[in-house]
Amino acid sequence: MSPLLPPDEMDRRDFLRRAGLAGLGLAAAGALGWWAYDGRGPLASGEAGPQVKLPSYAVPGQDRKLALVKSGHRAPALRAGLEALGGIKAFVRSGDQVALKVNAAFATPPALGATTHPELVTEMVRLCLSAGARRVVVTDNPINDPASCFALSGIGPAARTAGAQVALPSAEAFRPTTLAGGRLIKDWPLLYGPLKGINKLIGLAPVKDHHRSRASVTMKNWYGLLGGRRNVFHQDINGIIAELARLVTPSLVVADGVVSLVKNGPTGGSLEDLRPTDTLILGTDQVAVDALAVGLLGLNPNQVPYLGLAAAAGVGTLDLPSLKPVRVELG
Amino acid sequence: MRIVTVRRISQVFFLCLFLWFCLAATLGERWWQLRGWPVNWFLDLDPLSGLLTLLTTGTIFAGLLWGLATVALTLILGRFFCGWLCPLGTMHQFVGWLGSRSKGVKERVARNAPRRAQMIKYFLLAFFLAAAAGDMLLRLGQGQWPAALAGALLMALVLGAARRGRGGRSFWLAAGALGALWLAYSLLLGRGGLLGASLLAGLLDPIPLLTRSVNLVLLPLADAPLRLAWPEARYFQGAALIGAVFIAALLLNLWLPRFYCRFVCPLGALFGLLGRFSLWRVGKTQADCSACVACDAYCEGACRPQGVIHAAECVLCLNCLDLCPDQVIDYRTAPSAAGEQVPDLSRRRVLAALGTGLVAPPLLRLGGLLGPDWDPRLVRPPGALAEGRFLARCLRCGQCMRVCPTGVLQPAGLSFGLEALWTPVLNMTIGTSGCQLRCVACGHVCPSAAIRPISVQEKLGQGPFAAQGPLRLGTAFIDRGRCLPWAMDRPCIVCQENCPVSPKAIFTRVQFNPVLPELSVARSLGGEIIVSPGGLKPGALGTGDYYCRAEGWQARITGNTADTLLLAPPQGWGPPGPGKKVSVLVRLQQPYVDPARCIGCGICQHECPVSGLRAIRVTAENASRHRSHSLLLK
Repeated sequence: MSPLLPPDEMDRRDFLRRAGLAGLGLAAAGALGWWAYDGRGPLASGEAGPQVKLPSYAVPGQDRKLALVKSGHRAPALRAGLEALGGIKAFVRSGDQVALKVNAAFATPPALGATTHPELVTEMVRLCLSAGARRVVVTDNPINDPASCFALSGIGPAARTAGAQVALPSAEAFRPTTLAGGRLIKDWPLLYGPLKGINKLIGLAPVKDHHRSRASVTMKNWYGLLGGRRNVFHQDINGIIAELARLVTPSLVVADGVVSLVKNGPTGGSLEDLRPTDTLILGTDQVAVDALAVGLLGLNPNQVPYLGLAAAAGVGTLDLPSLKPVRVELG
Repeated sequence: MRIVTVRRISQVFFLCLFLWFCLAATLGERWWQLRGWPVNWFLDLDPLSGLLTLLTTGTIFAGLLWGLATVALTLILGRFFCGWLCPLGTMHQFVGWLGSRSKGVKERVARNAPRRAQMIKYFLLAFFLAAAAGDMLLRLGQGQWPAALAGALLMALVLGAARRGRGGRSFWLAAGALGALWLAYSLLLGRGGLLGASLLAGLLDPIPLLTRSVNLVLLPLADAPLRLAWPEARYFQGAALIGAVFIAALLLNLWLPRFYCRFVCPLGALFGLLGRFSLWRVGKTQADCSACVACDAYCEGACRPQGVIHAAECVLCLNCLDLCPDQVIDYRTAPSAAGEQVPDLSRRRVLAALGTGLVAPPLLRLGGLLGPDWDPRLVRPPGALAEGRFLARCLRCGQCMRVCPTGVLQPAGLSFGLEALWTPVLNMTIGTSGCQLRCVACGHVCPSAAIRPISVQEKLGQGPFAAQGPLRLGTAFIDRGRCLPWAMDRPCIVCQENCPVSPKAIFTRVQFNPVLPELSVARSLGGEIIVSPGGLKPGALGTGDYYCRAEGWQARITGNTADTLLLAPPQGWGPPGPGKKVSVLVRLQQPYVDPARCIGCGICQHECPVSGLRAIRVTAENASRHRSHSLLLK
């Protein structure tokens, strides 16, 4: 190490050099201070990220469709129901990118009926691909550990085998969204990553008992698109379900009541909690589909407040005959 | 090929294999995930784990028998494990190499010279040994002869290594006195319940230490962007302390190479004592040489091969053999021509270390954590043994936490007491869920069966286990001062909804509470009643949770304006006349826990919307592993 200056002597040149260095240092410090100066202090909250808005996934000309299939087998029931509504091609066209929003909330085996049945997933993926879909994504933000939910419910393996992608919720997949005119969904994280580039959204939900809201079917299924500490919304369960139904306009929803989880819902946990109800309900009107489905749980639509709230908000109708529902009986 | 090249290949291979097993301990079905990979192999090979669990439990569990192979090979080859296999040793050697690169021969010789402090590791070994053997005399009565034999052999090994003091008689007197004290102490404390065997060695045993450090610190850091080991970034409570110990151990190599191996490692000490009897050893073929000290300069073990070699310190790096220009150093069966010396342990200190080790478990337990002041926050994983038996087995390797799919298993911090440090405890808020109902992964990866390898049937209490019922980790308790429906007139019951057992362990009772002052009816019209005073928030009462009650009837409110309530009128309803009083009530489902059904999985706690200190929390009361903590009358 050589000293900057010789110890004893300092000539004019050295002095000027030192003075120059000191001046540069002062200028640099001053400039940095000027540049970084903040006289106002921080805002109370951080900058909000860019908001996203879910588009409508409704297929033009396919609104107000409703079909009910009586069958003990999911795949044929789904095919028959879709036939009754004009075939899968009425909903999925060549080149479409389809998202299937399943209910994979719990890490339970398919036999316990707490999650969308993998048979239904397989058949729907197959039908979408056969109709020419370019890509099918199966997604949900479950309650239990996501990887375990998709694995144990059989949805993950079924979807992959059938040729779909499985999108687990990762922290980056969530974007804030706000429901226009909404009271609850304000700047709230939405599972948006898997829906990027998607132009068709299909909801596949089991029919389940739900102690707080009475029934969990296709509208409650959208809860799985929320992130964050979404459980605070249970304080107004009917309000949040109605807002979710306003937020999401699907291409099609399917309520699987081939076997219904009639008690101890929405987790179930025992075969005792299930009852064969041999019904698959499909439609483009979420309110109508759910209104039919709650009947499988022994409820009438008036006992399920969120149905009325959603109908009043214009999401759909409780006047089922006006939709001219198609009823199919498979032997 | 040079022998040191072969050694380096071996070191890199085993380090990679170790890291590979850490990655492969991922729950899943893909080829690189946990499906038969021997992810515990390094822990199994570590004979300290095997021997000490033999002392504490009387048996060697499953894979830990591999330690026998290591012992056998050490008796033949010397400390091959340290120099050729130990992945932590390889890391130490690498960092030591970094720190020594610019050093001259003289300084290297100084850094690699034997130091008296190298005996510390033998005292640590003696301490851990005695801590693990604390209640052995009592357990002899239970016929745990293999443990007693192993203990006697180990004691002889340690005591035999202690240098003969000035008076042989006084030593045996002291040893005899210690033994007598031990006996008296066993009999006395055994009655008091304080005596116990504690497997404290896992704190410093290098393989558990490295496994823990990789599992809970390095892997989570590396995996945060990669997402191979876990689908989401994984958090471990108190990881900073684990990481600090690991980083400190590595950085100390910059000061003195292989610092940990030379001064701390109790496993190295065990190998050192065993290595005294090894068939082959490093040594000089003739006493005289050119004294170039190249061997001493590059000696990893600090055993001074050029002079009277400290045979027990030699880690078989074989640098001396490779570097010697006179070619007088060999690996052979005869001892060094320049002489050999055994660890320079004073007997008094060995006895002191043993005595301290014996005292340690009772001292740790004097705090009452295994007795009346047991910590209800210490919720252990399913299949975990009762606390005393658990502490006799847990290596603190972190394999259970590594494999846990939800991350609910966490290393216990210092607040759980010194003896529980880094053992697994459930933390219901940090992971992606509570303990998943049908998961038994932790018990199947635990190398020492501190968590028993249970079946799903046993966990759920089904099939042959129906009579004993499900395994309970604890019980959920509702904090009514924090619970929304109990304390704040807000509906919720997320806990009830998420309870995974059937029938649910959380049930509700309905309660109607008034939320507004009484209103007077101005007039009624069908299902609409106009009230005064108005000033209601439009729509706020139409959420489905509010009811209107008057004398003789109660109806759900379906909507409201500032002064009008829309009702879903009950059957046989007569609209209230003007001037009648009505009240507005909120319908609350208030949760209760049924301790006969609750298994303590903590999913309710994880999902509780009171996001900080949850309004429902699981503590260890009623856990199956302690009958004395039961709440239920049977």
